[in-house]
Amino acid sequence: MLDQPVSKSKCQLPLTVTGLAFSAGGARLIDGLDLVLTDHDTTVVMGPNGAGKSLLVRLLHGLIEPQSGSIAWNGEPCGPATRQRQAMVFQKPVLLRRSVAANVDFVLKLKGGSNRERLNRLLAQANLLDKAAQPARALSGGEQQRLALARALASDPEVLFLDEPTASLDPTSTQLIETVIAEASARGVKVILVTHDAGQARRLANEMVFIHNGAVVEHSSADTFFKQPASKAARDYLAGKLVI
Amino acid sequence: MQDFAEAFRLAFGLVAAMDDDLVEIIGLSMRVSLTAVLIAAVVGLPLGALLATVRFTGRAAAVVIVNALMGLPPVVVGLLVYMALSNAGPLGFLQFLYTPAAMIIAQSILITPIVAALTRQIIEQMNAEYAEQFASLSVPWHTRVAALITDARYALLTVLLAGFGRAVAEVGAVIIVGGNIAHLTRVMTTAIALETSKGDLALALALGIVLLAIALAVNGAVMSLRAGAESRAHA
Repeated sequence: MLDQPVSKSKCQLPLTVTGLAFSAGGARLIDGLDLVLTDHDTTVVMGPNGAGKSLLVRLLHGLIEPQSGSIAWNGEPCGPATRQRQAMVFQKPVLLRRSVAANVDFVLKLKGGSNRERLNRLLAQANLLDKAAQPARALSGGEQQRLALARALASDPEVLFLDEPTASLDPTSTQLIETVIAEASARGVKVILVTHDAGQARRLANEMVFIHNGAVVEHSSADTFFKQPASKAARDYLAGKLVI
Repeated sequence: MQDFAEAFRLAFGLVAAMDDDLVEIIGLSMRVSLTAVLIAAVVGLPLGALLATVRFTGRAAAVVIVNALMGLPPVVVGLLVYMALSNAGPLGFLQFLYTPAAMIIAQSILITPIVAALTRQIIEQMNAEYAEQFASLSVPWHTRVAALITDARYALLTVLLAGFGRAVAEVGAVIIVGGNIAHLTRVMTTAIALETSKGDLALALALGIVLLAIALAVNGAVMSLRAGAESRAHA
């Protein structure tokens, strides 16, 4: 049995980003970025290395303060209150030095909803029920990432950020993670996924955001993006050419 | 060499015979040092975690002070506690001077900075690793500190062992505030000091061997407990 659907009336959309900028070490990593997300579907953020994808999701999640510009979730400025209703899976999962079950239970307790049935359901969804008592840090890379995803979903997020969650994972692990992401999206969780994997983007995305040099150069439906990319940078990227 | 051979013979003889005085001295040593470790844990662990996780004005200075206090000279601590607990001192009304309570206070003061400083180092490192994940999950401060202490528990056990090692081997402070009174405040280290001053080097050495054996046994027991628990449940 899956978790309850997310009520769209409570959801944090639309997301409105205006003139977002962030610099570090003299380099402008996010450069006057504008973006509006209104749909509850899965949004995939793509772009070459160093385009600012990971930084953008950290800014959207409120882990980093923007130096200029604004981020608003359904009119509310980005902050602790909005972040409490979101979750993020990082490229390299940071697991507590506890058992698999204790990692998920930590978040369930934090959100005040710890119960054995929900814990088992989340572990089963991530295909980790038989490893519940094992040390989390002794799991394989794919299992650790599935655990990180189960833990993120334990917080019942309205928005789920995923920063290259399947980077360096084998196809089986990737498929398992994609299934969980698709199930979450089907329940109404707004998924914002960063990936380099065009195949994964085709499988999961409803809409695409292509970033280059810290700015959005293309924002369209997945269908349009993959059939007729409008920007040269996106065309080159999809063709496997060097994007400068 | 004769002294060493005699010392080992005496040490084994004392232990084998379960000499009443020896048992009493060992018991008091353990009681004083373990209580001091407990107090240092209650004060030092949260203090170290606080310094590791909270940013406030003067934090850098506080860290430097706590680190510097790790090297507190025992005799200075003994002297300060003596002055505080003597009849003319601010805590004279407690009538703790020349009692095990005074020795516990002195040892606690000595080892609390050790526990706090090492805890800060361990928790700070782990906090840096967990910080972004905790921020993402909006983990409140008190839950974060509790989680960090829980996850660092095996490393912190080693910190407490370091504190115990310092406490049980300490002589300068406890001899000043305890007075080395037979059957009341005489512990292993003060007994060794006394026998050495009397010229009975073999007996002093024998007591030293017993003290070393106790320290080794406590460390060995805790480390094997830690290794067992870690391999069973956590990586």
